[in-house]
Amino acid sequence: MAKIAGKVSRVVGPLVEVEEASSLRMLDMVEVGENHLVGEVVRLVKERAYLQVYEDTTSLRAGDFVYTQGYPLYVELGPGLIGKIYDGIQRPLDVLREKEGCFINRGVHVSALDKQKKWHFRPLRKEGDSVKAGEIAGEVPETQLIKHKIMIPPGFEGRIRWIAGEGDYTVEEKIAVLENDEGIQRQVSMYQKWPVRKPRPYREKLGITEPLITGQRVIDTLFPVGKGGCVAVPGGFGTGKTVIQHQVAKWSDADIVVFVGCGERGNEMTDVLLTFPKLIDPRTQRPLMERTIFIANTSNMPVAAREASIYTGITMAEYYRDMGYTVALMADSTSRWAEALRELSGRLEEMPLEEGFPAYLASRLAEFYERAGRIKTLGGTEGSITVISSVSPPGGDFSEPVTAHTKRFIRCFWALDRDLANARHYPSISWIESYSEYIDDIKEWWHKEVDEEWLSLRYSIIELLQKEQRLQQVVKLVGASVLPVRQRLILETCTIFKNAFLQQFAFDKVDTFSSPRKQFLMLKAIVTFYRKGEVLVKKGINTSELKALPVYQDLLRMRMKYPESELDKLEEMVKKTESSLGELDY
Amino acid sequence: MKDYVLREYVGLEEVVGPIFVIRNIHNIGYNELVEVVDEDGNLRLGITLEVGKGYAVVEVLKGTSGMSFKNCRVRFKEKPLLIGVSDDLLGRVFDGIGNPLDGMPKPFYEEQVDINGRAINPTSRDYPRNIIETGISAIDVMNTLVRGQKLPIFSGSGLPHDLIGTQIARQAQVKGEGFCVVFVAMGVKYDTARYFIRSFEESGVLERVCMFLSLADSPSIERLFTPRLALSCAEFLAFKKNRHVLVIMSDMSNYCEALREVSTIRGEIPARKGYPGYLYSDLASLYERAGMLKGVNGSITQLPILTMPNDDITHPIPDLTGYITEGQIVLEREMFGRGIYPPIAGLPSLSRLMKDNIGEGMTRADHPALASQLFACYAKVKDTRSLAAIIGEEELTPLDHLYLKFGEDFERKFLCQDYYERRTLEEGLDLGWEVISLLPKDELTRIKEEYLNEFYKPKK
Repeated sequence: MAKIAGKVSRVVGPLVEVEEASSLRMLDMVEVGENHLVGEVVRLVKERAYLQVYEDTTSLRAGDFVYTQGYPLYVELGPGLIGKIYDGIQRPLDVLREKEGCFINRGVHVSALDKQKKWHFRPLRKEGDSVKAGEIAGEVPETQLIKHKIMIPPGFEGRIRWIAGEGDYTVEEKIAVLENDEGIQRQVSMYQKWPVRKPRPYREKLGITEPLITGQRVIDTLFPVGKGGCVAVPGGFGTGKTVIQHQVAKWSDADIVVFVGCGERGNEMTDVLLTFPKLIDPRTQRPLMERTIFIANTSNMPVAAREASIYTGITMAEYYRDMGYTVALMADSTSRWAEALRELSGRLEEMPLEEGFPAYLASRLAEFYERAGRIKTLGGTEGSITVISSVSPPGGDFSEPVTAHTKRFIRCFWALDRDLANARHYPSISWIESYSEYIDDIKEWWHKEVDEEWLSLRYSIIELLQKEQRLQQVVKLVGASVLPVRQRLILETCTIFKNAFLQQFAFDKVDTFSSPRKQFLMLKAIVTFYRKGEVLVKKGINTSELKALPVYQDLLRMRMKYPESELDKLEEMVKKTESSLGELDY
Repeated sequence: MKDYVLREYVGLEEVVGPIFVIRNIHNIGYNELVEVVDEDGNLRLGITLEVGKGYAVVEVLKGTSGMSFKNCRVRFKEKPLLIGVSDDLLGRVFDGIGNPLDGMPKPFYEEQVDINGRAINPTSRDYPRNIIETGISAIDVMNTLVRGQKLPIFSGSGLPHDLIGTQIARQAQVKGEGFCVVFVAMGVKYDTARYFIRSFEESGVLERVCMFLSLADSPSIERLFTPRLALSCAEFLAFKKNRHVLVIMSDMSNYCEALREVSTIRGEIPARKGYPGYLYSDLASLYERAGMLKGVNGSITQLPILTMPNDDITHPIPDLTGYITEGQIVLEREMFGRGIYPPIAGLPSLSRLMKDNIGEGMTRADHPALASQLFACYAKVKDTRSLAAIIGEEELTPLDHLYLKFGEDFERKFLCQDYYERRTLEEGLDLGWEVISLLPKDELTRIKEEYLNEFYKPKK
């Protein structure tokens, strides 16, 4: 059990100074005071240690004892994580609620995994097999969707002396005994502990080849992210960061989604918790809850635990990645995490840099984003983590430190635009400021899975959008009516594209998700309209004649009109666009 | 009560602003209550800000004026600041730290609660449901307020935020049973507080209002505690007594100023514009106390009012507030100047909880599409107006003229309403259709055909 490791000598908010602390090590997890509040060692000076405490320190006094078990802050990894909701230091909030009621009390210690529950284990290796760390010894059906792989713990190489037969076991029961060459035996159970600040090992990093399909048109078609990539979603308040995060969590084609609500609103977490069990994954026809893990450290929960929540989340993501799954991690929002860093740094009286942030902000961000990626696991399979993190720049100013540093470590940027949000154009991802460096990596996928024409259509529309941007400046000065017909056609096409394609209504049954096929067809219809129209206007036909065509109304309403089950009708519409514009060509 | 073991200390080491340091003490808890009695026998309350081996740093709520090294006695109460709560708090007026201001004795309390509250477990929250019909169309139709929501009013000095606050308090009460108001004044002038009291009186709800007044002349540090007292009281009324509580907090800017002042005195490292780095977390610890709990009938809805310094929405106070609250109602000086009441800016205002609580089965099926279309068209109006300002109205296309006409009607007929006019949601929606029917059908791309067929009625 925990032993006494020092005495409190000073308390300022979440920061606690401890004396006679020579036995404490950096980043050790500690328990403080009568209530056994959880904390972590963040600095050692002479005989004193500084702790950041993850719970409210009210009534803590000088002279209180500090206890340690000699571990760093860790998470428990094993079957039972999926569908759970944890706080920033992996306490299951539903269990806390049963135990303590509607409000969160201090000093409550509950196990992250249910130690009583029996899981059905099936061995995949047999006695005598030689195994290495990260290889799969057996599996457990964790949910209908997810087969939880029981892996040989990191740092071990040897043979299986004994392995349990198929049957029901708790996570603590031994399911295998390993022995290495020196004859040292080691017992394996279905769960392991892993320190959150240490990345889990893998064999090698791989390049990115596939897009993470999110079903959001502006993302998949214009600014796609690859599986294993990193995206930042910056935007002022009210621009729809959280809705984008929710949409991607709901509809992306990842096997596992880890959703970290880091310093955000309580009601938003409640919203996800209430809607996810009801939503059905379009690919697997199972509730989305069966592939999702939640971490909720809302803005009013202790700030130090907020700092830890990101690491807790990514460690869980790595664990499932190591089983060979595609994992998507949503972090909403990394600015709140950076602010937690700033607050703790301030209390430690460290030298502040820009806007009070500590000098190590950039390196912490880099460390975090580098834990994403597509990798070859120790067991030899492939897995990936895609990180989608929202950033909340103060005043919507993208030059502030967190956004600026984040930009250095990500390759895809979905900039949210206040003007678009004000006009209720959602998702308000700006097509001018956003970018994706993954196009070259993933274009092959689109060409193989959807259509050869994808890249060229994408470039056509982006070119039009950029031209339109310049034209709008002229329009603001002199009005659209004085422009030549060709330029007005560009404006019209972009209006269709913005209204019918870029805008996507998250709360409409049909519009909330578009398959790659549907996205492609819609894009093709609009570009066809432009290309055909361009020929016509050269022959002196006015844009108003194009707008009078019935197919024009069809284009505007196609996103709602054609559900996924009626894509052949959409395909017909694309042809109709071509032919009906052709008919004007007399 | 373990009052009998209380130790009393004499002798301060240092006094700076509202803070003093005392040494040669021991066993003092962080964030606990301190009583300071000066030579005239006046009692002041304080809170320990920092404790260490043999010393404590204490923040005094009523300020430190008149205190000296030797003249006051300090008692450590070994418990956090508590407030006694009961139903009797309704109909009463208190000062910023909970002493009665109305000349009546202290109310009896059923229980004592820590004013800092505790964080609601996200799994026990119930998602806000049931809209609150405020009778103001600009809110009901465009930025629907929901029970359990926190929706601030972003205002500027001189704008009628107090009027809107009282109008909401007066008109919203019609629907909820067990409805009550907790009003928190932070650093507002007596006139303003008086105005609120009078309008509560006028509308006959005074016995259902509990007021905490930390007026402009009270020490600024007191303001840090006033909203916490009030919210503890609101939590009791909502979650123990199943009432629907509307908490009006005016003016949050003064609260933040006080926080900055105290932070500077403590010598903390400032973040933006001198505000402390934890301003976000601190504001969240207030705003996040709104909401509903599963299995409990009551709710806390917050309506914080804040005046944006220099009308600047990117200033840290409105900015961080906007990041925590579920939307915002922005008042616009230009509209106010043109005599439009309520001057609720069309575009920057937003209610985040609206999407899940309007539409079929909740308000009216056409509500979401209509609201979205009104926003989109009004955005177009703004563009057209700025174009007209450059090239002149004569040069505009006929469609642009229609938009200008729509904009005018939208503001004058739809947004505008009298301080005493209570417009139902239904009436508001119909009015919305009336003004939007000025535009040709083709322009209304966000509305489904079926609603257009039912509600779209262009004037002949």
